[in-house]
Amino acid sequence: MSAWLIGTVQGLREETPSARTLHLDVPGWMGNEAGQHLDVRLTAEDGYQAARSYSVSTAGSGQMLEISVDQLENGEVSPYLVHGLSAGDKVEVRGPLGRWFVWRPTQTEPIQLIGGGSGVAPLRAMLRAHEMAGSTAPMRLLYSVRSPRAAFYRDEFARLATSGSVRIDYVYTREAPPDWPMPPGRLSKEQVAVLTIPPDKTPTVYVCGPTSFVETVADWLVELGHDPANIRTERFGGK
Amino acid sequence: MTTHVDGNAIAGVLMEIFAVDMTDSRGECTTCGDVAPFADTRVFMQAPGIVVRCRSCGNVLATIIDEDGHRRINLQGMAWLDVAH
Repeated sequence: MSAWLIGTVQGLREETPSARTLHLDVPGWMGNEAGQHLDVRLTAEDGYQAARSYSVSTAGSGQMLEISVDQLENGEVSPYLVHGLSAGDKVEVRGPLGRWFVWRPTQTEPIQLIGGGSGVAPLRAMLRAHEMAGSTAPMRLLYSVRSPRAAFYRDEFARLATSGSVRIDYVYTREAPPDWPMPPGRLSKEQVAVLTIPPDKTPTVYVCGPTSFVETVADWLVELGHDPANIRTERFGGK
Repeated sequence: MTTHVDGNAIAGVLMEIFAVDMTDSRGECTTCGDVAPFADTRVFMQAPGIVVRCRSCGNVLATIIDEDGHRRINLQGMAWLDVAH
């Protein structure tokens, strides 16, 4: 798990104007659980190396996987992954990593997922694993995103929501669709209270997004009555 | 970009040191007594090193410094560390 493997880019899909999903074929990858991540390492011609951690946005056995990368301003690694890579290119990866921010199909309790921006990537892996396993555990996603254009996995989420096995709610922070009932604005504690599984159902809650988003939401969840032991967080820095 | 991340982001580095995935391993802060998994610590990535701080009180739990081909690990801020196999 700690050895560096060589992955080949099989395909690329634009998620938003600044983010792409990379389909990687990684010989030696032993499969991964939903929510795990990997390290990507880039080596410059002069030998300088930079590594960054990205969530795997798929789950399951096999050596095919996807990561979704949002370009960070002044980033060392993400601009190359979003703009510099083409099909057939190689990248070094290491993983799967992480046992904490993971959902397993053996879990039967209700699951609330809360994602901010590209923090939805590991939650997408959980939604897919939930569907693949035919899990009957209630699962719900609250997705806070800047605008409809900035939303990841739109078509897939629309299909999942229509299938009825999960519920997906969007909160738009800057720009909402024309017919949206709520004006755009930052996610509030009141919205979290209304749009998530209540504490008396004792859900496990997974929160992933920019650090400030995750810490704010996690504090609200505790104030709303969730047991801190049932809240799992992943912060990726950012704003 | 100086915002901190969390212990999930250093799972790979921790695996190099401990040879197991440490994200769900718990430790106790020597300052405030908070017990948390590595995943739920605050991590500051500042070349040439990594600083791991307590989520509750900000105490430095650990530092990992790479220098001249060596890696120096200081775990002084933890009373104990329970390694989950």
